[in-house]
Amino acid sequence: MDGTSAIAVRGLTKRFAGKTVVNAVDLTVQTGEIYGFLGPNGSGKTTFIRMLCGLLTPDAGGGTCLGHDLVWEARAIKRKVGYMTQRFSLWEDLSVRENLDFIGRMYAVENRWAAVNDTLVTYGLRDRADQLAGSLSGGWKQRLALASCLLHRPQLLLLDEPTAGVDPAARREFWEELHHLSAAGVTVLVSTHYMDEAERCHRLAYLAYGELIAHGSANEIIAAAGITTWIIPGADASSRAAFAQTPGVTGLANFGTTLHVTGRDAALLAAQLPATAARCGLLAHPVDASLEDAFIHLMQHTAQRDGA
Amino acid sequence: MTFSFSRFLGIANKELIQLRRDRLTFGMILGIPLAELLLFGFAINSEPKHLPTVVVMADPGPAARAFVEAMRASSYFDVEGTVSAREAERLLNGGEVQFVVTFPTDFHRDLVRGRRPTVLIEADATDPMAVGSALSVLGGLSSAEILRDLPRATPNASAAPIDLRVLRRFNPEVVSAYNIVPGLLGVILTLTMALMTGLAMTRERERGTFENLLSTPATPLEVMIGKITPYIGIGLLQVTLILIAAYFVFAVPMVGSLTLLYGVVLLFIAATLTLGMTFSSVARNQLQAMQMTIFYFLPSILLSGFMFPFRGMPVWAQWIGNILPLTHFLVLVRGILLKGLGMDSLWPHVWPILAFTAVVLALGLKTYRRTLD
Repeated sequence: MDGTSAIAVRGLTKRFAGKTVVNAVDLTVQTGEIYGFLGPNGSGKTTFIRMLCGLLTPDAGGGTCLGHDLVWEARAIKRKVGYMTQRFSLWEDLSVRENLDFIGRMYAVENRWAAVNDTLVTYGLRDRADQLAGSLSGGWKQRLALASCLLHRPQLLLLDEPTAGVDPAARREFWEELHHLSAAGVTVLVSTHYMDEAERCHRLAYLAYGELIAHGSANEIIAAAGITTWIIPGADASSRAAFAQTPGVTGLANFGTTLHVTGRDAALLAAQLPATAARCGLLAHPVDASLEDAFIHLMQHTAQRDGA
Repeated sequence: MTFSFSRFLGIANKELIQLRRDRLTFGMILGIPLAELLLFGFAINSEPKHLPTVVVMADPGPAARAFVEAMRASSYFDVEGTVSAREAERLLNGGEVQFVVTFPTDFHRDLVRGRRPTVLIEADATDPMAVGSALSVLGGLSSAEILRDLPRATPNASAAPIDLRVLRRFNPEVVSAYNIVPGLLGVILTLTMALMTGLAMTRERERGTFENLLSTPATPLEVMIGKITPYIGIGLLQVTLILIAAYFVFAVPMVGSLTLLYGVVLLFIAATLTLGMTFSSVARNQLQAMQMTIFYFLPSILLSGFMFPFRGMPVWAQWIGNILPLTHFLVLVRGILLKGLGMDSLWPHVWPILAFTAVVLALGLKTYRRTLD
């Protein structure tokens, strides 16, 4: 351990009833980093996060979290980690204040009363302090959940799809907060399905079928995917079929009336696409591949490999 | 294992708040003891009279008629008529009559000759309290007024003129009426305490809040003790309600020390709650926890001596019964309330409850899932 990585695990593996859910994942997250965790549903993201905070015992591999051994020092890790579950997991029959107070007690937060009040103010929950958590809307629940896992000033935040079902404004606010925390030295590992959120992370990891497929900055991942993207404005269903049959095309995606065409062989695409576009009376332009293009490519690529 | 008192308090406090908000459960906790006490209690208090009775008369002589008249006059028996032996059996089995009185052939003649004829009283003792007082009345009848007017030769004046054979059907030993309240104390505590705590942990698991609780540094011991404590208070409240009602409504005697009684109650509550928590750790969901409680509750009622006399059970059943805390609790409470026994004579029934609690707590801590595996 080099002293600057908040998470350093090697070969982390988890099986459920003989099925490997996380397969030998190596991951290093630097202190203060916002690390995005992406992958299709069922790719093992939640299982991986649960192993990090001691909720699941790895079947193989191991490593450290904030310098503590994952398997043997789970309690020490729990004290320093804030974990936000995918599903709202605070007590719906307790009020906002009671939930925070309870969590504060569990983490033995000093000056608990003041800490709870500060948190209520910081997260704009003061007007709802006496409302039952179960009666909050999705956005407010998410805010309360974040507030509750920050109450004990953790050094590492593990967030499992924290913004699922939250509106864009609340999401943006949420991410502003994450960047503040990151600037203050808190490490954040966050799983998400949203591309805009992925682009806000310092570094990313892409997990599929329990395996780490790609990791690095957004640009590194796009480069690693090795894809070229062309856009064809005004493409309709019939022209889409023509592009699908064009040699070198491995992926098609509609963005409104614009079609994104991706392929691995840049030269082949450059030779074929303008001609196909011209036959359909359209124009094709090469653009920089987006993170989403890269991820969809990765997803299809691993699906094919898995099916083979 | 470390134990943080503050964390324990936090968990206990949370349980109390949740309990207060769960109106139905809270109502049940207070409602069950009162409802059951009233239901069972009036069975204790009333001295049942006018019990349906039929007579099987092989000898319709004047002596038998006088006997039946005396039974009727006592107001404990409503003699509904004379039937055949077969019909009497049917009525008794069907629960339509409480008693069948059978007079033998030559009853009158044998009585007059001082041969002590046998009168068979078959009682439906499924409800022992119903038949107890009526039967004791019957004993007096046989020797007294019915014979006054009969001419008879008495070779042995000191012996009762009639050989009264009582056959308690369906329940050979009669449970004393006052035994019901102590028993009820134990039964209600067993049911509510084991059930409430049994649901406490599985509810967290079903609602997904268990994941949150697990991700905090709270230890299994803190969580278990913290969740148990509020129910100790509830249990004491239930006991107090039952005792007040038993004393003022049903005039159950309270001979022994109340402090000692509460000490024993506390011990029993702890045993039952620990068991409930262990069920809770083992069960995957609330339904399973509930099923486990029922599986525990039934033998507790049947083999503890609450429903059937303990000494009448086969040895293997006594073995099982001796493991159950309710068995010992019943002896303890009856001993304190009715006989006024002290600690020294109670100890043989205290340590089995302590041992049970220790074993179950160890089991609960072992099965408590520290992870979601």
